[in-house]
Amino acid sequence: MTFIELYALLPLICLAATPVAALAAIAVSRDHAVVTLVTLIGLGLSFFGLCAVRPLVPMQITPLVVMDGYTLFFVGLILITTAAVALLSYQYLERREGHPEEYYPLLLFAALGACVVAASNHFASFFVGLETLGVSLYALIAYQRAAPRGIEAGIKYLILAATADAILLFGMALIYAKSGSLEFSETATSLAGDYSGLEMAGLALLVSGIAFKLSLVPFHMWTPDVYEGAPAPITGFISTVSKGAVFALLLRYFGEVPAQDFSSVAFCFSAIALASMLAGNLLALLQDNVKRMLAYSSIAHLGYLLVAFLAQRELAVTAVAYYFVAYFLSILGAFGVVGILSGSEGEAEDIKDYQGLIWRRPWIGAVFVTMLLSLAGIPLTAGFVGKFYVLWAGVDSSLWMLVLVLIGTSVIGLFYYLRLIAAMFGSPEAPREELRGRRAGFEAAAAVLGVLTILVIWLGVYPSPLIELIRRSAALSGF
Amino acid sequence: MILVWLIALPLLVGILAWIAERRGVGLSRWVALAGLFVEFAIVLRLWADHPIRMLTPGRATWLVELKLAWIPQLGISFHLALDGLSLLLVALAVFLAIAGVLCSWTEIQERVGFFHFILLATVTGIIGIFLAVDLILFFVFWEAMLVPMYIMIATWGHEHRRYAALKFFLFTQAGGLLMLAAILGLYFVHGRATGTYTFDYGQLMAASIPAGTAMWLMLGFFAAFAVKLPAAPFHTWLPDAHTEAPTAGSVILAGLLLKTGGYGLIRFLFPLFPGAASAFAPIAMTLAVIGIFYGAILAFAQTDLKRLVAYSSISHMGFVLLGVFVWNELALQGAVVQMLCHGISTGALFIIVGQLQERIRTRQLPRMRGFWETAPRMGAMALIFALASLGLPGLGNFVGEFLVLFGTYTASPGMAIAAAIGIVLATVYSLWMIYRVFFGPRKDAVKFDDLDPRESILLVVMGAVILWVGLFPQRALDTAGPTLRALERHVAGSTARMAGKPDTTETSLSRWMGIVLPSGRDRDR
Repeated sequence: MTFIELYALLPLICLAATPVAALAAIAVSRDHAVVTLVTLIGLGLSFFGLCAVRPLVPMQITPLVVMDGYTLFFVGLILITTAAVALLSYQYLERREGHPEEYYPLLLFAALGACVVAASNHFASFFVGLETLGVSLYALIAYQRAAPRGIEAGIKYLILAATADAILLFGMALIYAKSGSLEFSETATSLAGDYSGLEMAGLALLVSGIAFKLSLVPFHMWTPDVYEGAPAPITGFISTVSKGAVFALLLRYFGEVPAQDFSSVAFCFSAIALASMLAGNLLALLQDNVKRMLAYSSIAHLGYLLVAFLAQRELAVTAVAYYFVAYFLSILGAFGVVGILSGSEGEAEDIKDYQGLIWRRPWIGAVFVTMLLSLAGIPLTAGFVGKFYVLWAGVDSSLWMLVLVLIGTSVIGLFYYLRLIAAMFGSPEAPREELRGRRAGFEAAAAVLGVLTILVIWLGVYPSPLIELIRRSAALSGF
Repeated sequence: MILVWLIALPLLVGILAWIAERRGVGLSRWVALAGLFVEFAIVLRLWADHPIRMLTPGRATWLVELKLAWIPQLGISFHLALDGLSLLLVALAVFLAIAGVLCSWTEIQERVGFFHFILLATVTGIIGIFLAVDLILFFVFWEAMLVPMYIMIATWGHEHRRYAALKFFLFTQAGGLLMLAAILGLYFVHGRATGTYTFDYGQLMAASIPAGTAMWLMLGFFAAFAVKLPAAPFHTWLPDAHTEAPTAGSVILAGLLLKTGGYGLIRFLFPLFPGAASAFAPIAMTLAVIGIFYGAILAFAQTDLKRLVAYSSISHMGFVLLGVFVWNELALQGAVVQMLCHGISTGALFIIVGQLQERIRTRQLPRMRGFWETAPRMGAMALIFALASLGLPGLGNFVGEFLVLFGTYTASPGMAIAAAIGIVLATVYSLWMIYRVFFGPRKDAVKFDDLDPRESILLVVMGAVILWVGLFPQRALDTAGPTLRALERHVAGSTARMAGKPDTTETSLSRWMGIVLPSGRDRDR
């Protein structure tokens, strides 16, 4: 490895060094604010690292990792999201029992794992990254040891994710058995032309494992329980960073292996997309718990993303990237609101907690309405441009069946978002627990929500700069 | 830039009215009212500044146009344009917004500032719809307007407001998304054929689309417009939404929202898919006639006064659908006049129902009887608008329905006869409504105040406009004329089947009616 290759890894190195620094800071003195500050500084340095290595890309560093425009884009997205989650977590943890400090190193490890997944083009680095992400998440989900539901969610995620990892490994092994290599491009060349039953089995297992991580139907069973049990900021993290990284990998792997050309693989993804859109939206209708509702809605959103994924290459990359930005902002904002409204015990998760919110707390209510409208894909929000892009890609590739189901299920989806919005506009009945009152870190969380809202509206009104950025990133990565 | 102001001003006024609430509820109302008057003055100024008769024939009929880059990567531009047709509808929008503010003066007592913001935001979206000539921009306004409308019904509505608001939103959204898919389909068909990927209306009008594809894309647009209009099988959201909305909401819904459907048919559906739309016309016309009858019969059967007026809207909008799908200049003129007059007359009827409800706290017909003695002014105004809605000659609605029927007769006599019978039904339910509310023996001694000056002036002005259009329709016809003629010529040029046929009959008919439709051929010389 040359020095220049090492230098190109600067963002990842910074990110890896930050949790160590944070742990060192905890060892010196347990101070929540200091740890948070170290975390943010580390994420900031890492982000500057991204800008610094930008002229060097694309560059393959060892067979394991590739730094190209596409990697930089997703790593940047993960870093910003992690910083937002850290800021949203501060006031959430401040109100609760127990030591909040170790939370941040875990969060950073998870982010590091996600970045490695997004940067990998080799099965080994993919798996290592995935495990770093997964193991940190088990701990983060169950971080509040006093909450039985958190523990339950953590154990559930641990067992199911471990099973999924085993399936994934087996799939990789089968593909390796045929191609003799763990590099994506090598497996692609061996897959090109003819493919045997062994490879099909390998691909099927691989797809199952990835679908689990993305909580696509029929591998979605864990999602509502884990979303419900995990602390609200971590739920936001799972549904954005962890899924985004794995989807980025999916796009990269099937960029090398032209899955869309294998009718059976394309068929399989179409079926998963249809099932996810339908099941996600229909099951969300039945929920009274806001976190569970958002869990099912995220299943549906990943289904929409698969529609874009199945479109032609160039379109798929820009559509998916834009949709992810919009989805990241909106879902993070939504869980941020859930977190900020939560008291010191339990969370504001029942739809009754939101009754008349817009009159009780107009600003937070307005933020939540914006986020929900964005998730529903109403114009002048980022979510609309994202959905427009997905439809655009779908129509261009003549995926009419999927496009029509997307439209139909979007209307169903609107039903439950509006139900929540209608509750917020309802008459304010006496709230169970008035959650007002200044808390440490409230301003930080409120500022994050404010920035997210402005971004959601800005990207909905004037998406050109982001589209340009995505296109330039895609151009630097050979898609 | 004047077009941007036209859209931005109501929104800014809305925000101001919202802020003004802190200084007092009354101030909020006055700010909204004053702002709308300024907007109305701008519209009138535009109308005066751009004499439509002086347009160069054969060229684009835009009076004012503005085109800015918006999302150039996808071929989306911020393209606004105003012609006679949109001018008329924008004027209607601002006029009814003023009516909406005035009729809520005493009805809305909760969250007054926010109410005016929502009202004006809805109007902003509607004005945007009438001005946008980039399909995505159009779609953005189309959908963006739903959110404030939804909030208005869900917050200030009557008993079943949540259900009604939800139904309204879901129906329109479903239609809208189908339209979005069709817009995208059109974009790619045009882009692949010509190499320029654009959502610009003017360029897409020239697209040549294979017939099969065109039919599907046209149906996507039709879904959106038919829901809004509403055409017969897609109407079920309307009675609920209109009935549960606060009075101003009903005025905006009936007066403006429904018109966006008719406008969309005239502006987009036919010019973009001339062949497919002509092929589809018999089905659409059948739906229109079914709507005319269905709405009228159901209106007659209602016991809720507001629901009655709502169903009558379905019947009246059937004429608009009929007029558009006949697609000759006479019928189109009729459809436009019908849209204007229906907006005002039905708006006025909703305002009267709202005033009654404010006074006697019910909308149930069986609990009303013989109110003429108590409130003669209200009764007289109600009578005028009921007569307008049944199509009494001399009032504006008559001109609209009459022109539509004439235009239809040249194309399909059967449809014209059927629709004419529908007018008879309108007479039945309109007079029946007046009889049940204002005449007959008084059941009990319900006492309430007659119209106060604010309410009287509002209704008198609305009645005067209807009368003016009824007696002197020429001004309105001239304003929309060049646009409609240009669109018609475009469609006729695209479909050889329709070329050359309707012109002679039209001139003779219009001469017979004493209305001088400015003839296209004279102008061309």
